[in-house]
Order: sequence, then structure tokens, then C-alpha cells
Amino acid sequence: MAQPRNKIKVLLAQFPLETHSRGIITVAGMLKDAGMEVVLIGNELPERIIDAAIQEDVDVVGISTYCGGELALADDLMKAAEEKGIKESTVFLLGGIFPPKNIPKLKEMGFDGTFLSTTKEEIVSCIEKAIASKRRR
Amino acid sequence: MELASRVLQGDTIAAAKLISGIEDEVPSAREEMSYLYPHTGKAYVIGITGSPGAGKSTLTNNLIGFFRAQGMSVGVIAIDPTSAFTGGAILGDRVRMQHHSADKDVFIRSLATRGWVGGLAKATTGAIHVMDALGKDVILVETVGSGQIEIDITRAADTTLLVLTPAAGDAIQMMKAGILEAADIFVINKADKGGADLLKTDLEAMLAMRAQPANGWRPGIVLTEAIYDKGTEELGEEILRHREFLISSGELGRRQRERVKLELMETVEGFLKDFVHEVDKGDYLSRLIDDLTQGKTNPHAAALEIIRRLAKELSRLEDSGKAGRPKA
Repeated sequence: MAQPRNKIKVLLAQFPLETHSRGIITVAGMLKDAGMEVVLIGNELPERIIDAAIQEDVDVVGISTYCGGELALADDLMKAAEEKGIKESTVFLLGGIFPPKNIPKLKEMGFDGTFLSTTKEEIVSCIEKAIASKRRR
Repeated sequence: MELASRVLQGDTIAAAKLISGIEDEVPSAREEMSYLYPHTGKAYVIGITGSPGAGKSTLTNNLIGFFRAQGMSVGVIAIDPTSAFTGGAILGDRVRMQHHSADKDVFIRSLATRGWVGGLAKATTGAIHVMDALGKDVILVETVGSGQIEIDITRAADTTLLVLTPAAGDAIQMMKAGILEAADIFVINKADKGGADLLKTDLEAMLAMRAQPANGWRPGIVLTEAIYDKGTEELGEEILRHREFLISSGELGRRQRERVKLELMETVEGFLKDFVHEVDKGDYLSRLIDDLTQGKTNPHAAALEIIRRLAKELSRLEDSGKAGRPKA
């Protein structure tokens, strides 16, 4: 039958106090150009981001962060994901400006990709690899 | 029928997964939908269409608030275009609707058109059924930004709103064929911008000139300023007035019957298309094409031969008692 290729669907969001949106809009365009479906929801609380991810049934949740406080909010995000049952099946990414020393902690929380300054190719390849490994599980 | 029975119990995750299955045309989703179908047909479906940037998403956000205040649960299907070049899509309607993100009785789902034309995504009807079975009282369907001929929404919805903005055309535009003929309610958004009154006058003149519609409904014109949430009450009341009209005139039943017929015919067409794609895989089709290029047959006769082959295949499947899809 004429079955379309399974699309990769991504939700992009920012935590409540972020003001800079150039980064997230640039990444959204990159992912669109890579053939992905990108849902934008703007600034939102961690739990609400997870609710949106559930309704949209996305493969990937990407957070853009610049203004600090990402460790606490990322932890809330992961707790909500676990509680609502999508942590294991969803790829989590975080990018923007944050202290590089936080990367090990973010990985430990369950983030599959952390990006400080990254090319489109690196982000796309990270997403594809992470989705493949999550689907195998 | 695991997903379907979970949807009937109000499980949001199952509903979201089932909608994805419909989008990806997964065969099991089709079976789940057969199970859900008897539980559909209860929700009131409202279509919101209009040109890009007219304010459809913001109005949808306001209408969610209106219907929630009436005590109704709300589903939203927000459709945005898929790139014809990369296959990607930016689904950017939801960002205008996050006012309701904490409300458990609001389910919002974005769909990309994935090559489907007419202003909707192919999965729209299926997604409406899922939200209906999930128990949503009202389902708002926001089309892609569209202009003139994308009228599929008028067939999918009970009530269709056309969102217009000032300074987007004159009386001649108003007279053209297409969505203007099909809208049940006209919304003039950004009414604070100059020219809203002129647009209203043009619309009224157009409506006065055109033949009285057979069902007797005169479309209302509502002025809104969606970003300030102005005019939402008036618009909501006008929608409810149309709903009353649909029920009291028997038009609702007629529209629903028309919609069921359309869905049936589309399913038949989809079935035939799938079969033709299967035919394409063997050398059967290339032999027919050889005959065509050599003038031994003609497209009409060749098409009939393919249909006959399908009929034979179907009766063979029935004889062997195997349910399912035909293979070429």
C-alpha cells in the first residue's frame, strides 16, 4: 500500500522565563529542512511541556535555554516525563547557553543530547541515532 | 483493540497514539478505528478557515475559552502545511493556544498536511473520530491558511467560520466562487484596523445579492479583535445560534449524512488507490503499459481490466474466508 515514510515529530519549547527566541526558531527551521515535523509551543512550564508532548505524540522534546536555572527546570521536566510515562520512549534534547560543567548532570537526568554550539548535521544525526536506540528498547 | 478501548475510557496517550497511527496509515489503526466508529457522531465540529495570518489560531484559542465556560470539553485539530521540498513542517498554531495547556478537558493536536490538498490533512476525519470517541463535546478544526478553493472543511464540519481581515480585497473578491459561498459565519478579525466597516458592507452586499440558500440560513458577520479577546462572546453566541438552526431545521442530520457518504467514497477511493499501487509492483502493470504504448488497448479499457482483476481478487479472498486487504 501507499504508506508514507514515518515522520520524525519534534516538540520545541522554552522554560517560562526565557526571552530569546532566535535560537529555537533557527533550530525549528533546520529540523523542518531535515524533513521533520516541528511543533512550537513557546514558553511553558515543564509539566505542561510534557502534556503537550503527549497530545502531539512526538518522538523528540527539545528545550532551548539561555537564562539559567536549566538544571532545576530540566529535572522537573524529566520527573514529569517519568510520572506521565513517556520518559523511556521519548528523546530529550537541551540546547542554548549553559555551563558546560552541567552536561554530565543533564545526561544523568536522561537527556540524549546537549548542545552548546552545534551544526544542523550534528543535531539531526543525534536525533536519528537516539530515536533508533529508543525504538530498539 | 487495545488503543480503541483505552480511548473510550478517556486515555489521552492512547488517543494521541491512535491519531499518529491514522497519520502513518498503519493497518492496525484502521482496525482500531472500526472498533471506535460506533462511538462517534456525538461531537459538534466547527471549522475555522481563512488566509494565513488572519488570526485563526488566536480565535481558536479564544473559542476554546468560550466553550469551556459553557461547560463543554474541547478538542482542537490544528493543521499546518508540509513542505513540498523537504517533507518537513512547522506546526505553529499550538503556540497561540497555550492559555489552555493546564486544562485537562482540552486536547490539542497539530497535523501536517503531508501532501494532502484542500486545506486539511488526510488524517483529519480520523482525528475527529478519535476526539469524538474520547468524549470531546466540541471539536475545533483549524485549516491551513487558505484562500479561495480549499473548501474541504465545509464538508468535515457542522459549522464553518471564514476568518477575513480588512484591506484584503474589494467587492469583486467577495463575489468569487469558493469558500465565500460555503461559510456559515463570517468573522472580520483585526476589526480595529482600518477598512473593517467597508469589508462588512461589501460582505453584506454580497450576501444580499446572492440567491437565498436552500436551507434558509443567512450567514452572520461578527467583528473580532482576537489578540484582545474582543468579540469572542458574540462569535460564540453566533456559533451556538447556527447550531440551533442546524438542529431545528434538520440540516445537521443532512450534513452528517453527507459527511458519512463522503467518508465512505473516500475510503473506497483510497482502497482502489492502494490496490493500484500494489498492481504497480508486479510486471502486470508494465505489460498493460506496453499494450497502451503500442496502441493495442486504450486507457479506459486498461483501467476496466485492472478493476476486473480487483473484483476477481476480492472474490478469491472471500472464498478462502480471509478478511483483509486485496493483494494484486
